[in-house]
Amino acid sequence: MSIFKRLGYTAVTVSIILYGLFANSQEAVRLGTPVSEEQLAEFDLIAAPDGSGFPEGSGTAREGKAVYDTKCAACHAAKGEGTSGNTVIVGGDMRSEEAPLRTVGSYWPYASTIFDFVRRAMPADAPKSLSNTEAYQVTAYVLYLNGIIQEDTLINANTLNAVKMPNADGFIDRSHIQ
Amino acid sequence: MPNKVFDKVAGNGLISRRHLLEISAAGLGMAASNSVLGADSALKLEIPAWSKVPGPGASGYGSRSTHAEHMQRLAGAPNPIYPGGGSSRSPLQHLQGTITPNSLHFERHHAGIPDINPAEHKLVINGLVRQPLVFEYEDLLKYPMVSKIHFLECSGNSGALLRGGNENGTAQSLHGLVSCAEWTGISLSTLLDEAGVLREASWVAAVGADAASMGRSVPLSKALDDVLVALYQNGEPVRPGQGYPIRLFCPGWEGNISVKWLTQLKLTREPAQFRDETSKYTDTMPDRSSYQFTFPMGTKSLITSPSGQMALNSQGLYKVTGIAWSGSGSIRRVEVSADGGRSWADALIESDQFEKALARFSIPWEWNGGDAVLQSRATDSQGNVQPTRDAVIADRGTINRYHNPCIQSWGVNRAGEVSNVYI
Repeated sequence: MSIFKRLGYTAVTVSIILYGLFANSQEAVRLGTPVSEEQLAEFDLIAAPDGSGFPEGSGTAREGKAVYDTKCAACHAAKGEGTSGNTVIVGGDMRSEEAPLRTVGSYWPYASTIFDFVRRAMPADAPKSLSNTEAYQVTAYVLYLNGIIQEDTLINANTLNAVKMPNADGFIDRSHIQ
Repeated sequence: MPNKVFDKVAGNGLISRRHLLEISAAGLGMAASNSVLGADSALKLEIPAWSKVPGPGASGYGSRSTHAEHMQRLAGAPNPIYPGGGSSRSPLQHLQGTITPNSLHFERHHAGIPDINPAEHKLVINGLVRQPLVFEYEDLLKYPMVSKIHFLECSGNSGALLRGGNENGTAQSLHGLVSCAEWTGISLSTLLDEAGVLREASWVAAVGADAASMGRSVPLSKALDDVLVALYQNGEPVRPGQGYPIRLFCPGWEGNISVKWLTQLKLTREPAQFRDETSKYTDTMPDRSSYQFTFPMGTKSLITSPSGQMALNSQGLYKVTGIAWSGSGSIRRVEVSADGGRSWADALIESDQFEKALARFSIPWEWNGGDAVLQSRATDSQGNVQPTRDAVIADRGTINRYHNPCIQSWGVNRAGEVSNVYI
């Protein structure tokens, strides 16, 4: 066998091995580990307008006042009037003459977002420190401060998403422009 | 001053881009630096001190020249009410080319930068999939990857122009929430395919592992198109301020949707309606309706030199240069005006014109010592033309400050001082 022939065989062999590796790398990289939604129950914090993702529990504004006064009022002030621009969560009118003050009450389209955001991101200096019950209670209190529900309205996974926010129809979905 | 009379292609001294090479040989002035026009006949060159002593040797990790340390991001003051929240802006007026150094890439955080141990970080895909999955960082590194050069721009970039004022504004302070890098990562479609997206899914809710667990909803159509699960930025692991160890990267779209510290992707029928896609990053119009999910960033350009707070030291030739980008395609054309938009000349695009990436343009300009207003205007591959500030305000009002692509005007006065102006 000439050296050229041997090199030729070697090249063919190497090609086949490389092709095999390449084909594997294109088809066989599937390294995700199966997990169940039950295993993700504590991890998945997405609470959506369709009612998905809400935990057990409930709360009223009357119960929420104490939690709010202790953990929220330092930034959002006693009645939600805020201590700086971004902390105002009450008031405003989208129809006002001047540029509208956009708050939870005047602007936010979905009640679910209050619970979702409070649970994942508030209080800003200790996010995720509230229990689910406290998160429901604070959600109810913020809705109450905005005059959207009564002090004793029970807020839970079902009742929260039935709450229609004042600016619910104020948004135009532009997601088709991609 | 060279004696040659160059072809003027637009009012107030703009010279054809064809002359860039020969003018460069004659020497162009640089704003805010010593003019190189005219040789000093008394100059005598000597061997400098650093050529007479060995310098430090090689090192494990490089650093920039001590003479370049003035290039800093511009960060806002910390806000105790909002720990870790805020932004820092890229020093656009000091940068050249199109790639932003990682240390100078703009930042926007909603609850600070989490200190993530990649060995303990998880990426979950759940919701409307055949099989929910959890991925380890080490395993993600084994997937096939693609590398793309793309800009990233915060939705709020240039919003200050709509408010007015800011006469002392700079390219950095007004427009520094845009940067550009090579992003390397896994096509999101690859990971979604592994989990098996169910027919009824239309959106992907992406969540970060920061203290705010910041979330954004991405349409499935985009997720299956060009979205990356990015692991590398300009060749090194994504910086902590950019989402280490993993960030989502949605090319061309408002920066906030490229969720940093990515830890969850949930397939859903409808958007999750997170705080940062309802209360924030939505655009209230003059009629008080609000646009939601304004995704592609506009067709845009900006002169970075001469720009705000620079100075022209003497009359003569200058190189006007800047950056242009579009969230809907590549940059096809950049025009420059020196007379506030009355006449325009085509600039030379001196970089590659990648899709959804910064391009660099330049054009020679002869400043005659009088008043001038320098502007640039980009056109993208879809035919979108950058609008004037008046057009943006007429169309969208000033309640909204997000998604502003308007033309920037830099005024030059007779003293050569450059400042932000409105015309």
